[in-house]
Amino acid sequence: MATDPMAEIRASFFIECEELLESLQDALSDMDEGNYDNETINVVFRAVHSIKGGAGAFGLDALVGFAHRYETVLDELRSGRLELTPEAMKLFFHAADLLGDHVRAARDAGPVPPGSEECLVELEKLIGGGAGPAAEEEVTDFQPMGLSFDFGGALDEDLAPEEAASELPVWTVVMRPSAALYASGNEPLHLLRALAALGEASVLCIEDSPADLDALDPEAVTLHWQITLTGDITEADIREVFDFVEDVCQIDITEGAAGLPDLAPALSSAPTLAALPDSAPEDTGFGFFEDLPAPAPAPSAASAPEPSAPPAPDSAEAPESAAAVSAVIAPAAAAASSKEHAEASATVRVDLDRIDRLVNLVGELVINQAMLAQSVAEAGLPPNSAVMTGLEAFMMLTRDIQDSVMMIRAQPVKPLFQRMARIVREASHAVGKEVRLRTEGDKTVIERLADPLTHMIRNAVDHGLETPDTRAAAGKPTEGVITLSAQHRSGRVVIEVSDDGAGINRPKVRDIAIAKGLVAPDAQLSDAEIDNLLFLPGFSTADKVSALSGRGVGMDVVRSSIQSLGGRISISSEPGKGTRFSISLPLTLAVLDGMVVSVAGETLVVPLSSILETATLSSEDIRALGPETNVIHVRGAFVPLYDLGAELGYRCPRANYEGGIVLLTAQENGARSALIVDAILEQRQVVIKGLQRSYGHIPGVAAATILGDGQIALILDPADLVQNASGRTRGPNLALAG
Amino acid sequence: MADHSSNTSELELLSFRLAEEEYSVDIMSVREIRGWTRATPLPHAPAYVRGVINLRGTVLPVVDLSVRLGMAPVEGDARNVIIVVQVGSQTAGLLVDAVSDILALPRNELQAPPELAADTAHSFIEALTIVDGRMIRVLDLGAVLPDEASEAA
Repeated sequence: MATDPMAEIRASFFIECEELLESLQDALSDMDEGNYDNETINVVFRAVHSIKGGAGAFGLDALVGFAHRYETVLDELRSGRLELTPEAMKLFFHAADLLGDHVRAARDAGPVPPGSEECLVELEKLIGGGAGPAAEEEVTDFQPMGLSFDFGGALDEDLAPEEAASELPVWTVVMRPSAALYASGNEPLHLLRALAALGEASVLCIEDSPADLDALDPEAVTLHWQITLTGDITEADIREVFDFVEDVCQIDITEGAAGLPDLAPALSSAPTLAALPDSAPEDTGFGFFEDLPAPAPAPSAASAPEPSAPPAPDSAEAPESAAAVSAVIAPAAAAASSKEHAEASATVRVDLDRIDRLVNLVGELVINQAMLAQSVAEAGLPPNSAVMTGLEAFMMLTRDIQDSVMMIRAQPVKPLFQRMARIVREASHAVGKEVRLRTEGDKTVIERLADPLTHMIRNAVDHGLETPDTRAAAGKPTEGVITLSAQHRSGRVVIEVSDDGAGINRPKVRDIAIAKGLVAPDAQLSDAEIDNLLFLPGFSTADKVSALSGRGVGMDVVRSSIQSLGGRISISSEPGKGTRFSISLPLTLAVLDGMVVSVAGETLVVPLSSILETATLSSEDIRALGPETNVIHVRGAFVPLYDLGAELGYRCPRANYEGGIVLLTAQENGARSALIVDAILEQRQVVIKGLQRSYGHIPGVAAATILGDGQIALILDPADLVQNASGRTRGPNLALAG
Repeated sequence: MADHSSNTSELELLSFRLAEEEYSVDIMSVREIRGWTRATPLPHAPAYVRGVINLRGTVLPVVDLSVRLGMAPVEGDARNVIIVVQVGSQTAGLLVDAVSDILALPRNELQAPPELAADTAHSFIEALTIVDGRMIRVLDLGAVLPDEASEAA
């Protein structure tokens, strides 16, 4: 009795729910941007539907009830009876959020989330209400995760693919198997499947002789099929399918759709096997639908089917074929949407610990390979020897393995960003502003970012963006935009939250800081220094304390939580244009490309991504700035100069840097700085080994690494180094940045 | 009860030399003993932090015990050793002149250090004992390790 199998299934249901909720949010976002088609709506519908189906199997009544009513409204949208207005869109988002709450409530056996009934009532108003518990019993029809019939949604839109595919050739294949075909053990179903695999197939089964049970010869062939194939297919492709049955099956292949005249007699003589879709006139045939969840009473065919004929045909193979064909067509139709196809790629769930172990091992492998390379180099083997070529191949393989492992380890930022989308919706609703969230990039992040990000997003909605009226007065669109982006830069993850609001009101910030005694009344502050005041504890600019923020626990909390992750946060703002917060985090465990340099006898690694260029100093480039500081002149710009040896305490600043080598580095905010080193040794990949746990944070140092000779080298964080250095060498600066 | 067991239980100490003086640590906190390797110095680190070394793929901070106790730095040559100790979740290396002995003695032979003048080394010494006429100092590892480490310990 180690594990309860039901509990496991239940757990995997909730994991699937999370995935479905994610695709639901994705599709809703697409719809919100006006970038959607029927398939997008189907994704939304399917997600809600699958959650409902699974929940039904586990008897999660509250979840089923909510999902069902949500789904009912979505179904109206899907069928085109409901127009997608911005208000409806908001309700859909809100309902999706609540659905997530319901799932979590069901998982943790928590209380039913508040507000769901109100939301449902609002939703049902869209479709004129009353759709409520009408078809509750249908729930029992669903198999958990039963996706197969969901494709019925795709089939419903028969018209759409038809229009889209109108330029593709259409083939009509009439297949008349002889008795010999069955006698030889062939099976029409396989042929139909093979045809359906070629393109979009519509299959019509036609009974040749009226059913006369008395005269029935069980071995006689009474059925033939008419297949309409659409797709990039040649006649040869079709012929190939019938390669082995040519002599026992009559095949007529004609280009173009079979016309109605052809169809009508066939229909009149054929007792129909299944319902005819609404769109019959354009259809050259019809599929055999299983019952769809939304009961669509089949309209009678043009010429009524003979009532006496039983739905099941008399040939033994037929029912099986009929049922199976619809299953075959369904995937084929669904495959028309490549998006759908991509989502279906197989995945494996692996414990994160195992991957971390693998990542660690790969890190060791990289170090070992470097050691091996060094000893081979020291052995003085000729460069074209077998050992050297083998080593090169080894290095490439190591790099590939490492890249692949890192890709496995990467935690996409998407779920986190989606959570933020919800925060924006709730926050903007609370303060009555119109806000749109744009997200960019899909990178790895640290889970613990959620709290600081939530805070920053709320801040942006509450303080950053103006009210719609103010925006209109300033000539901006009333809808504010908050952008959330994730990028890899300088071996770090940079996450930016920016808004297009009014920017930081610097005089006001300054006044408040003075009023609160945070700065001296006569202090001369630069714009950047004023911006940084926001990070001081106990600072809040909001005139009124709103429900969202403005309680004085603001950006200082954000900053300390970012710093506890080993990250930095910076702020930039332009009046009238907006504010941008940028969080930069170290990649906790990774490999980076670095430039190995030597300074005062020590070996250091500078992340390659932060280096713009390297140069040799000449005395005319160096200009004195203050008594202890220099700048260098690089192509028309002055860049502050730092002696790495002196900054790290290895040596005293030199009198003359003539002939020294400088690394020109760039920070996240674009500021450049020049670092003096003694020599550049090589460029290589290094494994990042954290210092935080064994020693603690060292200013200017991001981490350590182990070189080929087994020695530890420090990996610099140029931005942090410069930030700390500038505080020391430029006199009475306000010590805010520390 | 607690007193009784602590009085009779045996204690094993690893003793080592620092500038002709004998010190020791509880052998249960010693992970391994390594030969001298050059440590990579850390910027902005206190003087007693000699730097970091590579201990089979992990970064290990090394404390120059001699400096920590207010004496001249250990020179750092092939005769010196690094004692790798673990206190709580923290691991660190102690650079000493040489390891001398392993001593087993009952706990009740340990004496608390007398309250003496404000000597740097004083606060790092947990107990004293006499073995074969030599005075052995037992170090308080938690106090010796760098701040971050002792906080975590």
